[in-house]
Amino acid sequence: MNISSILFYAISALILGAGILAVTSVKIFRAAIWLLFSLIGIAALYFWMQVEFIAAIQIVVYVGGIVVLIIFSIFLTQHSGKEMNSPARSKKIFSALAALFGTAFVHNLIVHYEGFAFNSAKPFNPSVAEIGTQMLSTTSYGFILPFEVVSMLLLAAMVGCIVIAMRPANTINSEIPNSTTLVNNKD
Amino acid sequence: MQEIPLSQILFVSTFLFFIGMYGLLTRRNLITMLMSIELMLNSVNINFVAFNKYLFPDNLDGLFFTLFIITIAAAEAAVAIAIIINLYRSHNSIDVDDANEMKY
Repeated sequence: MNISSILFYAISALILGAGILAVTSVKIFRAAIWLLFSLIGIAALYFWMQVEFIAAIQIVVYVGGIVVLIIFSIFLTQHSGKEMNSPARSKKIFSALAALFGTAFVHNLIVHYEGFAFNSAKPFNPSVAEIGTQMLSTTSYGFILPFEVVSMLLLAAMVGCIVIAMRPANTINSEIPNSTTLVNNKD
Repeated sequence: MQEIPLSQILFVSTFLFFIGMYGLLTRRNLITMLMSIELMLNSVNINFVAFNKYLFPDNLDGLFFTLFIITIAAAEAAVAIAIIINLYRSHNSIDVDDANEMKY
């Protein structure tokens, strides 16, 4: 039991504990914050596996991007202090049973699988230079085509998001008086 | 590092995946369901990186799959939140039970 194993178990406990709280918390804002901690734990697990580039990407995209987006949408659509409706007890029980059964099944598969053999002469080299060279290489094990495809996908997704979230142009003028009356009513 | 075998990391990602599945089954709020899906995607990413590091260290395919999954998850989250905001605008609620016009 050296320091590396202790670190691994601590990181795993952080990930799983924060994950459980993220899916069971009744206040939606707290659930988002627990999700944040779980994602930070996963980034720490990547650091522990010494893939620093993936860990940095995880922090930048998930912790800095997606969680902030989720928190913004919570503020736009929810009363963040309000407690959500708890699901029915039978639904909770059957969902927990399904999750437990799945966990036990996969756990059993992993325990009894013997094929995990480490056999490679070359060391693992996940440096940024290596990743960048392979990402833009056109030879075998090069990833230039999916890189370009995913850039087009991101562009299409961003345009689609704007189109979906934009309110139709003819309703903007008619809704402004409504919103001001709403504010006045609140006062 | 070698004291922790690969199977331990697989256990962690398995537990995380089924935590996400439990959340997806019990939650009725679209934003929390999206959060559960993010947890499941992250557990898959852990698997890719662990397999690449432990079993096939001579090339970096798992890392690239992880990078592309993270990219597509970001696009998916952005589109999902745009849809959620649009749904809130028309229904004043983001519960999946309230959006049942196309159900029957």
